[in-house]
Amino acid sequence: MAEVAHAVRSYWLIALLWIRAAMAYPLSFWTMTVGGVLITFLDFVAIWLMFSHIDSYGGFTLREIALLYGVTSIAFRVADMLVGSVEKIGQKVRTGELDAMMSKPVPVLVQLCADRFELRRLGQIAQAVAVFAWAAPTVEWTPQRLAVLVMALVSGVVIYFCVFVTFSTIQFWTLDASEFANAFTYGGNTIMQYPMTIFPREVVRSLTYLLPLTFVNWYPCLFLLGLHDPFGAPDWFRFASPLAALALVGVTTLVWRQGLRRYRSTGS
Amino acid sequence: MSGALHAQISVYAAIATRSFRRYSTYTVATLAGIFTNSVFGIILSFAYLALWEQNPSAGGYEADQAVTFVWIGQALLMTIALWSGGATDDLAERIRNGDIAVDLYRPVSVLGWYLAADLGRGLYHFATRGVAPTIIGALLFGLVMPSPAGAVGFLVSVTLAVVVSFAVRFLFAASAFWLLDATGPRVLLSVLATFFSGLTLPLNLFPDGLRQVALALPFASYIQTPADIWLGRHTGLDMLAAIGLQVAWAVVLLGVCALVLRAATRKVVVQGG
Repeated sequence: MAEVAHAVRSYWLIALLWIRAAMAYPLSFWTMTVGGVLITFLDFVAIWLMFSHIDSYGGFTLREIALLYGVTSIAFRVADMLVGSVEKIGQKVRTGELDAMMSKPVPVLVQLCADRFELRRLGQIAQAVAVFAWAAPTVEWTPQRLAVLVMALVSGVVIYFCVFVTFSTIQFWTLDASEFANAFTYGGNTIMQYPMTIFPREVVRSLTYLLPLTFVNWYPCLFLLGLHDPFGAPDWFRFASPLAALALVGVTTLVWRQGLRRYRSTGS
Repeated sequence: MSGALHAQISVYAAIATRSFRRYSTYTVATLAGIFTNSVFGIILSFAYLALWEQNPSAGGYEADQAVTFVWIGQALLMTIALWSGGATDDLAERIRNGDIAVDLYRPVSVLGWYLAADLGRGLYHFATRGVAPTIIGALLFGLVMPSPAGAVGFLVSVTLAVVVSFAVRFLFAASAFWLLDATGPRVLLSVLATFFSGLTLPLNLFPDGLRQVALALPFASYIQTPADIWLGRHTGLDMLAAIGLQVAWAVVLLGVCALVLRAATRKVVVQGG
């Protein structure tokens, strides 16, 4: 427990440092924040423009899709702000910075995640919250549904955290492949913005059993909307987000340990 | 006279070749990029197929044309450096750290130097991150192939797309002469380019009014124009007109680049190191 407290405290100390550094250039900070909000908002504008040509998409209304979009985006953007820097592992190995990190009394993963902490990503979180808020009236809220939402958001952050770390760890084997992870992190968030009904069954299966991103928003949102899975997945999947998150944490821990063991300094 | 011209051309060719080679060093990064482009291509293909299933002639495209549009977008986004990168990022960095002084006293035009470098980079990205995802898209979804005239027009159009995109990126990077740091403008440019190039959604699906504006902007040269030529929406004179608009943007924007560069060199004090 003391270890966790130490890790969290160290994380915030490093993050604070980078927040202060960013605030030294307020104009840059604000243009990048606004730019970030706009660029993520375009995903949603595209879906919104699509609806000028159709009335329903994969059997869902625009607001229902906004709900799916909101839940996955909030989880993804929070995870991205907290641990997104981990995708720079390859660069840290190449420059020898990882060696320096290993000599400090703070866990390497904490240092990697907190490095270059970007407060401006709060803007993208706010954008996701705004879309969610617009979608929220489509749900008939009950205490159970609210509980499932909270569970889904927390699990969603953990799931995306694991995706970031697992796929970035691959860079211990292939230094230049940072873009490979993007297919699963940013690609994962993108695919979850759409209703699963537009994808073939095999894709949805893979996103349930191999890379369980459907537990971030698809199954929980089915419960919020009072629907059953069109692909016939068991109803309890709609509450199983924490289980999926827990399983991923296990896999991620293994991969990370394996990667770190495999690490050899460039010696430069 | 012709000897001097010849020498000039061979200098630019040499710059372009070196730039091509510089980017070709990172094979694993290229493979990772091809993988990522393909994953996004697959996701968007299903997204578009669902739209065209509901409305089989949205924007005047058929479903298979819409899917082809997706893969052309994925193929071109690195070629045209949609989210920046390439020679203009070097320029912004060299303005920031003062190395631009070295570029200014070279006996070669600064604009020509960076354009040659960016064309070399563009050719590399086209040959790798353009061609490979397109093959994957064709295997998975069966893309619409262009007519011989369409194919030639497409290649011309893509070349112009790189020039237009270069000129726009050059202008945004040159803002560093005054702002010292071009990251802010660069982010705003990414927003504009992503939306108005047709990458998020073909411009022909935009509502009336916005559509006409979008099609007239230089960003339409990036993806929309080459894609429509590939898909046979512009043929004959119409194709020449589409390419003519790209040429016009290229000339105007490069002219503005030259003016900005002249103003900058007169006004700016190079930052010391």
